[in-house]
Amino acid sequence: MTDAPAALADGEWHRLHPATPLLRGGAVFIAIAAIVIGNLRDRVVDLLFGAPEYGGDPIDEIVGRGLVPLALLGVLVVILVIIAATWLSWRMHTFRITDELVEVRSGLLFRTERKGRLDRIQGINVNRPLLARLFGAARLEITLGAGDGSVQLAYLSGSRADALRGEILRRASGARARDADAAAAPTAAPAGSLIEQRVGELVAPELDPALVSPDRVVRMHPGRVIASTLLSGGTVWIIVLAAVVVSGSVIAGAASGEPIAAVAGIVFTFIPMLIGWVSFLIRRITRSLRFSVAATTDGLRVGYGLLETTNETLPPGRIHSLSISQNLLWRPFDWWEVRVNRAGSSSAQGAAGRQNTSVLPVGTREEALRIVGFALPGLLDEDSRAVIAAGLGSGGGFTTSPRRAAVLRWFSWRRNGLLVRPDAVLLRRGAIWRDLVVVPTARVQSVAASQGPLERALGVGSLAVHTVAGPIVARVGALDVHDVEDSFARLATTTTAAVAADRSQRWRSAEGTA
Amino acid sequence: MSEQTARLEVDPASDWRPVSSRYVVVDLVGTVVSGVIITAGSALPWLISGLPWLVAIPAAVATIVLVTAVLTPRRVRAIGYRLRDDDLVVRRGILRQRIVAVPYGRMQLVDISRGPVDRWAGLSEVKLVTAAAASNVTVPGLAEADAEELRDRLVALAETRRAGL
Repeated sequence: MTDAPAALADGEWHRLHPATPLLRGGAVFIAIAAIVIGNLRDRVVDLLFGAPEYGGDPIDEIVGRGLVPLALLGVLVVILVIIAATWLSWRMHTFRITDELVEVRSGLLFRTERKGRLDRIQGINVNRPLLARLFGAARLEITLGAGDGSVQLAYLSGSRADALRGEILRRASGARARDADAAAAPTAAPAGSLIEQRVGELVAPELDPALVSPDRVVRMHPGRVIASTLLSGGTVWIIVLAAVVVSGSVIAGAASGEPIAAVAGIVFTFIPMLIGWVSFLIRRITRSLRFSVAATTDGLRVGYGLLETTNETLPPGRIHSLSISQNLLWRPFDWWEVRVNRAGSSSAQGAAGRQNTSVLPVGTREEALRIVGFALPGLLDEDSRAVIAAGLGSGGGFTTSPRRAAVLRWFSWRRNGLLVRPDAVLLRRGAIWRDLVVVPTARVQSVAASQGPLERALGVGSLAVHTVAGPIVARVGALDVHDVEDSFARLATTTTAAVAADRSQRWRSAEGTA
Repeated sequence: MSEQTARLEVDPASDWRPVSSRYVVVDLVGTVVSGVIITAGSALPWLISGLPWLVAIPAAVATIVLVTAVLTPRRVRAIGYRLRDDDLVVRRGILRQRIVAVPYGRMQLVDISRGPVDRWAGLSEVKLVTAAAASNVTVPGLAEADAEELRDRLVALAETRRAGL
């Protein structure tokens, strides 16, 4: 069998990596065995070298009645049955990939079949937990539309998973001709022994340098990852909470006249919380290390992880909205976070333990703007990108809130605004917690204008742009009511035109006719 | 005059199609039934504790329910929809206005639902589903024939302008 991707995507049924049962549930059996052996060690030693009788113990009972061979036989049978069942379920777990579909069949007694259409793919995730990496295996997860869930191929051999991902994306792209280079370029099989191969895979860079040119990649500096995590929004709340706890216990202590009780109060309420927080931070940092974002021809590739690595490819046109945000503590460093809304999300956790929606956990302004360009290829023109760059500050020619809306937006009324462009709607909010939302007009599902009683009294209104569900809510309030009406009317026409012109979902259908 | 300019208006002069006036009855029944239940629930603290001043809670709730019920005809008159060239626009609300435009190509499903009171009044509710949960567009209180006609029209329009996500 060759390693060429076509070998797995030839429309025939294939099986998963042979180590799959071990990787999926085997570790649990090993752990159980270890616990059983650990607990029984003393008993076995006692029985072999003569020890006092405890009585009433099932093992004593078995030994006493001379049933040892029978008991061992029973254990053996159970183990054999488990092995046979896992082997059979591995045999029965097959998948195939045709030109339009990916299909998975599994189950021993209860058969399940999953089918996914390749043109509905919202993202492909290749995940390598540490144990799987030792075996050279990887889990491939294909995320489908919001209601369709996802198809998992766990586990495949690592190099084949990457090749298969490329092949699936090529078929989803609508490329008519088979690209000779993409289809017939199997990863050079590493020479040498099995151990050398494994070590080679373990120390290999997370992102294959041959995949994209370096100027299309954004990497995160480890120092910045650590600093930004420490300065995240949660830290602000922890500090506030700490202040409340400390002052509360001091006041309580002073009132009751027992300063020792007050100190104990601080220690016992706050220390466990602090430990939890620190371990949370460490987990986030380790997950974000080695983070890279690359713009490949088949979409945005987000990869991260030190021990357990994950990389996800979001094909073009699958990002429904995008936000660039900055919290107060990041302001001095000019750091920004880029998040996206996308249809369907994979079960794998994203970098930093967040849902897989952060495409750049932290980056400089320039990096964030580059990511915006990468994330929405063919959907944003040069002017719009320039406007976004200006819009991160307070420029960009946005329609902002009127002076009278300062009652509703104390600090941000000068910044709070909206800009409707032919290719995208930009919504800008917040002065302390800054936020700029970009919704490509081709991805807008519907538009709503609304006004509550307080807004009416001030002559302002809100405008919301609906996209698929996600962390980003594209809604801006406290705008002049006439601006809301105008934008609402303009959005209706721009959206229709943009949807009609949009070809990004089948991003390669125009090329490759040769 | 300032009241006029401050109000959110989209296409004020054009032909918004109203919903059936019978929907006033349906909406009223819903308001009264839920109002009675909520009022009874909010009266529990007063009944259990016997503190006389707690009667203020059910009294306040009952007043709100009453005002809501009295305003029902106006609220129903405020509901309207328009089939424009490329999208369906639905507006509702008087105190809290909301106007939503859904392009035909974005509709994934068009549902018709009838509650028990709806059925008795011979009315239906047309519900549109897009990929965005936030869209949440419903046109209540349509006569059954109208609802079916609207649904068929929307499905036909959506079919001609089918677009991806």
